Amino acid sequence: MSSDTSSTEAADLYASARQTTEGRVYTVTGGDWDEVLEDAITDERIIINLGPQHPSTHGVLRLVLELEGETVTQARSVVGYLHTGIEKNCEFRTWTQGVTFVTRMDYLAPLSNEVAYCLGVEKLLGIEAPRRANVIRVMLLELNRISSHLVALATGGMELGSLTAMTAGFREREEVLHLLEYITGLRMNHAFVRPGGVAQDLPDGYEQVVRDFITLMRGRLPDYDKLLTGQPIWKNRLVDVGYLPVDACLALGITGPILRSAGLPWDLRKTEPYLGYEEYDFEVPTSTAADSYARYLLRVAEIHESLKIVEQTLDKLVPGPVMVNDPKVAWPAKLSIGGDGMGNSLEHVRKIMGQSMEALIHHFKLVTEGFAVPAGQVYVPIESPRGELGYHMVSDGGTRPMRVHVREPSFVNLQSMPAMSEGGMVADVIAAVASIDPVMGGCDR
Amino acid sequence: MADEMNPAGKLPGQKTPEQQIPEQQIPDPTPDGPPVPGDVQSGAERPGHPLDTTDATPAAEPFIVGRDRRGMFGVTGTGDTSGFGGLTLPAYAPAPAERPYGGWFDEFTDDLLAAFAERDIPAAAILQITVDRGEITYYVAREHLVAICRALRDDPALRFELCSSVSGVDYGVAVPQRLHSVYHLTSMTYRRRIRLEVAVDWPNENGDAPTCPSVVGVYPTADWQEREAWDMFGIVYDGHPALTRILMPDDWDGHPQRKDYPLGGIPVEYKGAEIPPPDQRRSYS
Repeated sequence: MSSDTSSTEAADLYASARQTTEGRVYTVTGGDWDEVLEDAITDERIIINLGPQHPSTHGVLRLVLELEGETVTQARSVVGYLHTGIEKNCEFRTWTQGVTFVTRMDYLAPLSNEVAYCLGVEKLLGIEAPRRANVIRVMLLELNRISSHLVALATGGMELGSLTAMTAGFREREEVLHLLEYITGLRMNHAFVRPGGVAQDLPDGYEQVVRDFITLMRGRLPDYDKLLTGQPIWKNRLVDVGYLPVDACLALGITGPILRSAGLPWDLRKTEPYLGYEEYDFEVPTSTAADSYARYLLRVAEIHESLKIVEQTLDKLVPGPVMVNDPKVAWPAKLSIGGDGMGNSLEHVRKIMGQSMEALIHHFKLVTEGFAVPAGQVYVPIESPRGELGYHMVSDGGTRPMRVHVREPSFVNLQSMPAMSEGGMVADVIAAVASIDPVMGGCDR
Repeated sequence: MADEMNPAGKLPGQKTPEQQIPEQQIPDPTPDGPPVPGDVQSGAERPGHPLDTTDATPAAEPFIVGRDRRGMFGVTGTGDTSGFGGLTLPAYAPAPAERPYGGWFDEFTDDLLAAFAERDIPAAAILQITVDRGEITYYVAREHLVAICRALRDDPALRFELCSSVSGVDYGVAVPQRLHSVYHLTSMTYRRRIRLEVAVDWPNENGDAPTCPSVVGVYPTADWQEREAWDMFGIVYDGHPALTRILMPDDWDGHPQRKDYPLGGIPVEYKGAEIPPPDQRRSYS
């Protein structure tokens, strides 16, 4: 870069300008806007690049904006900076191991990914998890929805310069993560939901902990209304910004809070219930404003609804198995805490090492080779915090998937960024992207 | 097997003359409550007119999806002492469904074929219908894909407003039509989901690139998803406005999710030990 820099502009090492075939290119780091603006006012068209490392682009998302003055005439997003090949990796692991991959895709809603993946495997196998396992899954999904929406508020607030929204959102999310750690053992990337059920039963005394959490959240959620809902700056930044009506949503395949903010009460928990969601009493909040502010309000309202569902799961949790009664699918050993951390229970080790050769063989085969899944394909959609999360899974009859394709709501919803932003101001692009709430780990997979 | 069950020697799916014009009777309205989503009567009632479903499911070459399985336990390359090492099972092929398909699938297929007739799409555009695990798959001819999607979106009795997912699938090097482009369509009006599958004619004798028509004109949401399928599988979507890579860098060679593309493969050295790529490590299946 330095070789292209002319001697007069080489003074600032970090804010250089260079001549390219596309015109003069500046790298702006702050404090050097005078020089850029001098050029910008003589040329009416300017293209700016935001990201992929930028605090306001909601992750490693890169935005390329064409500006006239401060008005965005064209906007494009560039994705792929967090592509990790998870879909390909799943083809080289057993069906059970796939859970640990998919939980790392949308890292703000790991349990949605785990549940959708496991529902797909179960549909391919033709089995159904026991009722208690499904109730536990619903509880985890809703807790996860709360934490995901809280991060949407927190990072969205941060991108708009409202740092108190960020600290408040992350503070409440921390409570959810503590609770998830208490239940699953991990704050994120749980790998707790497994094909056929869940890895472990709930810990002792879970009910009181969950009820305390609900009480705490019900006490703190009104603070968001006090802090943000009526606040003039927050409303000025969000009302009528990022407008996307319902026909545009359908054409672009947009689901989740964005679609519901446009007035269509499309929530797969209601329209195509899975995991027994039809038994729970909750509302699907909608709005007709179709703007960023409506999406903010919907997310807060959905947190309230999720708390209602979590409360109802506690009443539905009757004792019972949490894994299918099929030794060819269920994990052979019960995990327990030993002196060196969590592992196979001593009782099980004693049995396979001392008593039953067949049990040892079975354990070894199931853990290393996995179980075979009959050939065929399924598509399983669930309602993740961001919209329709669908798993298209193909099996060729082996112990590993032939193909795992994830219909990621972040990936699909991000296509609406140009429609929401073009014709608006640069600052409104940030508000619109924040209201889409893409998670780049899920988008790029 | 179908021939044994059908002594007249008819091809599976062919209708006898009596069956050719199905009666378009409107069933009695359910006495109690509204119809269940996706069930009988939840769809718009099409005004009755004779349907020609003669070529609805012509006998075609079965779609082979999956590799041959050798040996009784899938053992390869090791000393198989079981005596079953020479056993070769044919690759999996989804079984063509025959009427009745069950559920709302029969009524829906009638509506679909009626919509085809209105739009001059031959019924033979549907190469095979498979019903598996409660999901219906229409294997459709490549050249009619866009017209079919338009009919599915616009016909008032079908109304597939949402294209949920577009994904590529590579069924392996040895499979005749190894690349498939799969579309999951959702009807929000009738709460139905169907799957369209196009077997891309590749590898072909001309050595051309695998091509498939683009449905972006019908479903704009397919834009990025077709770019992803191009990026990962190298399926060229004809008519796509800007078919460029989306997840891999622009200058990447190859299409990573094809089955003949190795996983990883960048040698990693750790304290003198070479770590092989994951697909070359020891495996048990």
